[in-house]
Amino acid sequence: MTSPLVTRRPGGSRWLSRSAVNGVLVLAAAYTLFPLIWLVTAATKDAGNLLGGDVFSFQGFDLARNLSDLTTYQDGIYFRWYGNSLLYAGVGALGCSLVSVAAGYAFDKYRFRGKEKLFAVVLLGVLLPSTALSLPLYLLAVETHTVNTYWSVLIPVLVNPFGVYLSRIFSAGYVPDEALEAARIDGASELRAFWSIGLRMIMPGFVTVFLFQFTAVWNNFFLPLVMLSDKNLYPLSLGLYNWHSNANATPDFYPMVVTGSLLAVTPLIIAFVTLQRHWKAGLTAGSVK
Amino acid sequence: MSTEATRETPPATTPAPAPAAGPTARTTARGPKRPGSATRTGLAATVLLTPFFALFTVAMVIPVGYALWLSLFTEKASGLGFDGPRTVFHGLGNYTEALGDPAFRDGFQVLLGYCAFYIPLMVGGALILSLLLDTALARARRFFQLALFLPHAIPGLIAALIWIYLYTPGLSPVINAMDAGGFGFDFLSTDGILPSVVNIALWEWLGYNVVIFYASLQAVDRSLLEAATVDGAGQWRLAFSIKIPLIRSSLALVLLFTVIGSLQLFTEPLILSRSGASVPSTWTPNMYAYSAAFQRNDYGLAAAASVLIALAAAALSFGVTRFSNRKEARAA
Repeated sequence: MTSPLVTRRPGGSRWLSRSAVNGVLVLAAAYTLFPLIWLVTAATKDAGNLLGGDVFSFQGFDLARNLSDLTTYQDGIYFRWYGNSLLYAGVGALGCSLVSVAAGYAFDKYRFRGKEKLFAVVLLGVLLPSTALSLPLYLLAVETHTVNTYWSVLIPVLVNPFGVYLSRIFSAGYVPDEALEAARIDGASELRAFWSIGLRMIMPGFVTVFLFQFTAVWNNFFLPLVMLSDKNLYPLSLGLYNWHSNANATPDFYPMVVTGSLLAVTPLIIAFVTLQRHWKAGLTAGSVK
Repeated sequence: MSTEATRETPPATTPAPAPAAGPTARTTARGPKRPGSATRTGLAATVLLTPFFALFTVAMVIPVGYALWLSLFTEKASGLGFDGPRTVFHGLGNYTEALGDPAFRDGFQVLLGYCAFYIPLMVGGALILSLLLDTALARARRFFQLALFLPHAIPGLIAALIWIYLYTPGLSPVINAMDAGGFGFDFLSTDGILPSVVNIALWEWLGYNVVIFYASLQAVDRSLLEAATVDGAGQWRLAFSIKIPLIRSSLALVLLFTVIGSLQLFTEPLILSRSGASVPSTWTPNMYAYSAAFQRNDYGLAAAASVLIALAAAALSFGVTRFSNRKEARAA
């Protein structure tokens, strides 16, 4: 007779703590998602309703007009910025992951003099704040007359010491020495072994470094801000910043800034939703020592 | 950091139990191998390392060196001002000027206040959320991880733009609701600016750190937790006595990156300052360096400020790693 009572009591408190746990998580998710939902609804509005109206209604729905404004303003310079962002982030991240993976693999698989000292230098690079570096890079670019060119933004993003650190961990985890041994016995040269075996096995690491660097470059603001003055070379972030600065005087820019922002974040959100497995793997690899 | 970081360990998401795999991976990597010949592998290592170190030199070593060099010079208007400014050696003059400038020192003060808010909120918040996700009670874990992480996909500039709209009275549903509820707060005032920036940074990075913590919590040996539960440990006890001590290295890493990130504070306050919020142009050390270069055209001073920021970052990260290593050694 007593047994139902005994089991019910813990059951009840379990239900309570279950709702408490999930309640907190729902609140936190609401906090992170709310501004994004706002961005989506705001992007559909015309200037008047954006500034005055109720944001969470479809009053003043004018998405088509906002999109066509984006396309036509200064001959569609927005999409030129979009292309530039893709170029900086795509080429930059691709080059960066190749270079990082090669170096990380070499640090993992080969023994040579001064290896750990050299690796310590790489780790020092991890700790250098990138904004503290951007200004010196600018001053150097002024000196070498490379300021305000594609190269001034592209070359610095090819280097990411953290990518080398991650790659070394991935190489140790994913590329077994036996596989390389077998390739050597088959007479493959060291570089051939790296190219056709090492690189293939370390692919998860490659994708992770690529994703990280792509996001970092896509989101980068300080470096393009100091380097570029030609509007045709701007990435999205700098272009939107420019429009936003105009919006104080000309409110017509508001819908363009908001709709432009929505289009700018969409590819990254899609990438993160579809590539969940990879970024999670990368975050973990960095944190587990 | 260096001794810890160089240990080869496979990523924890590999199916193999990560903590146990540590020592094994180490022996295979360091153990006897049969490299073709020393010169052959030496050549391969050189070829594979050269691209990185060449770029590293061009984009990191030389700029740092150049900044150090520049920071020792200053421009002086010559006698009558006819033949333009001359560059003259200034010794540590730029450093004393920066350190002596109340605006620069205030910047560090602001950062200190920022960290005092931001770091406990961020690390504590991320830890609590990940522990909640790790309990058996949590539902829809994948959804929550993704929902919390998504703001990280938003560029800092756009995050700041979104939040500016959400801070603006009349425009923002949040502010309107707060005013209606009787606890209005001016996010764009001098007093409001620190909480405003903390909130934007928190929004951007919270989920990122939750994922890091949650992933390392997943690597905690489940049998250990079961044993503790059998011994009568509750959820709190499990969290504080077992889980948190076991993810110490992740905690240290998150703390390190949070500290380095805080020192870089620039984009968000810059945007706020351009949107009518009351942010001075030298609010953070980075903003000071930026305005020295682009508003005053004083490159020597800008370089000196950048070097000082980098030094502060190095000192802080050294402190954080020392602190966490010592704690680890004591716990071991």
